[in-house]
Amino acid sequence: MRVALFATCVNDALFPGTAVATVRLLERLGVTVDFPAGQTCCGQPQYNTGYRGACEPLVRRTAEAFAGYDHVVTPSGSCVAMVRDNYPRIGARAAAEGRGTQLADLATELAPRVVELTEFLIDVLGVEDVGAHFPHTVTYHPSCHGLRLLGLGDRPRRLLSAVKGLELVELPGAEECCGFGGTFAVKNAAVSAAMAEDKIANALGTGARVLCGADNSCLLHLGATLRRRRAPLRPLHLAEILASTEAHPWRPSR
Amino acid sequence: MTGTFLGMPAFPQAAARAVRDGQLRANLRHATHTIRDKRARAVAELDDWAQLRAAGKAIKDHTLRHLDRYLVQLEETVTAAGGTVHWAADAEEANRIVAGLVKATGQSEIVKVKSMATQEIELNEALAAEGITAYETDLAELIVQLGDDRPSHILVPAIHRNRAEIREIFAERMAAWGRPAPRGLTDSPAELAEAARLHLREKFLRAEVAVSGANFMVAETGTLVVVESEGNGRMCLTLPRTLISVVGIEKVVPTWRDLEVFLQLLPHSSTAERMNPYTSLWTGTAAGDGPSEFHLVLLDNGRTTALADRIGRQALRCIRCSACLNVCPVYERAGGHAYGSVYPGPIGAILTPQLRGTASPVDASLPYASSLCGACYEVCPVAIDIPEVLVHLRERVAEQGGHPLERAAMAAAGFVLDHPAALTVAERLAGRTRALHPRRLPGPGRAWTDTRDLPEVPAEPFRDWWRRNRT
Repeated sequence: MRVALFATCVNDALFPGTAVATVRLLERLGVTVDFPAGQTCCGQPQYNTGYRGACEPLVRRTAEAFAGYDHVVTPSGSCVAMVRDNYPRIGARAAAEGRGTQLADLATELAPRVVELTEFLIDVLGVEDVGAHFPHTVTYHPSCHGLRLLGLGDRPRRLLSAVKGLELVELPGAEECCGFGGTFAVKNAAVSAAMAEDKIANALGTGARVLCGADNSCLLHLGATLRRRRAPLRPLHLAEILASTEAHPWRPSR
Repeated sequence: MTGTFLGMPAFPQAAARAVRDGQLRANLRHATHTIRDKRARAVAELDDWAQLRAAGKAIKDHTLRHLDRYLVQLEETVTAAGGTVHWAADAEEANRIVAGLVKATGQSEIVKVKSMATQEIELNEALAAEGITAYETDLAELIVQLGDDRPSHILVPAIHRNRAEIREIFAERMAAWGRPAPRGLTDSPAELAEAARLHLREKFLRAEVAVSGANFMVAETGTLVVVESEGNGRMCLTLPRTLISVVGIEKVVPTWRDLEVFLQLLPHSSTAERMNPYTSLWTGTAAGDGPSEFHLVLLDNGRTTALADRIGRQALRCIRCSACLNVCPVYERAGGHAYGSVYPGPIGAILTPQLRGTASPVDASLPYASSLCGACYEVCPVAIDIPEVLVHLRERVAEQGGHPLERAAMAAAGFVLDHPAALTVAERLAGRTRALHPRRLPGPGRAWTDTRDLPEVPAEPFRDWWRRNRT
């Protein structure tokens, strides 16, 4: 099977380790991975801040970059939700504003082909045990867009539970937002920081050494807060845990 | 804290102050988590919750689509039942109508049933200017009124107050408004409730005029409905000679069959009860039973403007249950006052900017008072997609000028992201200069680095790894 990787701009620029891990994991499972070079950003920061116009060229770019692939695998729930929920809306608005249906057609054609990594593993490949080894105590934060917009449910936990050596501990208040919210983190910095504080207190209380998530934008915010406090907890994307094996254990990439 | 929302600072400033108030955060955390968990249990009891929710949404959408027809029908049925209907385009007109009706009775005081619509139009202040005193009779509204305070929650307006503060307000302020608090009042809930009961009973027995809102108005019979927990509303609705109800035009439902859906949705979502203790229904007037004079003031005050907006209009489905407030992580930390309106929380963040516009700093900041986590949408009993409306209203704010620095940043990002070669150059530049990156930024960047380090930039972007390893 051949798929396209939508690395996402955050992973490309700041968390290349997650994108590399996604490639290695998928290849280990027998999938051929392409990285279409025309891809950049899904446009979520612009759209969610109120700049729908600035987002439209990125809808077009993303649709064109991934044309022809049955599966566009994305290690970020919020970028998938952006494409799935908002691209058709953006297209429909453009059509309603008398600018033709081209954007709407591109959006509705692309939306169902974009899948989040855990959806791809469980629903498309039908695997739960991906052959990973990660001998650490881990707690999992389900990011809001994966949880509520995509309905990922227990997919990430099922994948983590099958990892050899991994001890999964439940995160109290797991379903509460971490406070990132894109530009919310700077527009309402005080509330954002207070939310991160509570999330981190809950995570530290579990005794886990690794705070796993499936969305690096949330982990960017939580990780930056943890580093400021020199807290003994490492944020890590799910893909990096699933890519880790006994032969090739996870190592910090930077 | 004063009893007005005029001149409020923008949400981020007000919220930052609230976040620093440890007592407030503890009060709100405890209260919202308690009711959030209770609601989840109450809703879980119903096998058909999803269908009820879909029905509530569909009934409201149908009614809003044909609002002109149902409002005229309501006017006819209320009039036929002995009531008088008044139409108010805005707050000023509604206040003028109510003041005129009270004056015509020769009275200078009224009792009030808890009502969001009269808070929205600041009726008490308008009546005071005409020499008429309005007494709030809902326990929490009484606490707010005696404390010269503002409500901070739709259902529990004094949620920001604890028992000790309430005891103090009763002991110090009740005497100025009527029957004083009993001597030696403690902060036990039973004693506080008894003090309020004695204070309010005197008002109920004396009142000639009552003002209420309504949760629903049934068009087919002209029946108004108030749901409540205390029974104080029923006192106001039955004892006085004259009853004046001020109700937003979106509160109409076509039939009693429709009402049945909402009488399940509302208590489950608001107080986490299968059924609320008091449901009062009245249809016009009845000789020898209840008020002999009934006036209904139908309030627009921005609602038809919201109705004209294809995305924003779903906010008019709201039944004021406050479930969205109780699950909102932002409300939990910022408190209700930061929203600068009688409608706080997620619903307030989409309702207020539609009813009042987005010209003032606080109104323009409300659509951004959310991390878009979606918890509000999940619990909304009429499925209002609050995040969708928030983003839609953000677009409106951005179009009216937004923030100059933000516009510039969006334009620059737009160019780079539409030119992958430029993006690669930017990523490599960031990687090669990473040893020089500071941990804290000056100016606007401090909003990130006050509590967080800057992200560590990797030595090479993924693009370059791919080029080296897979091509």
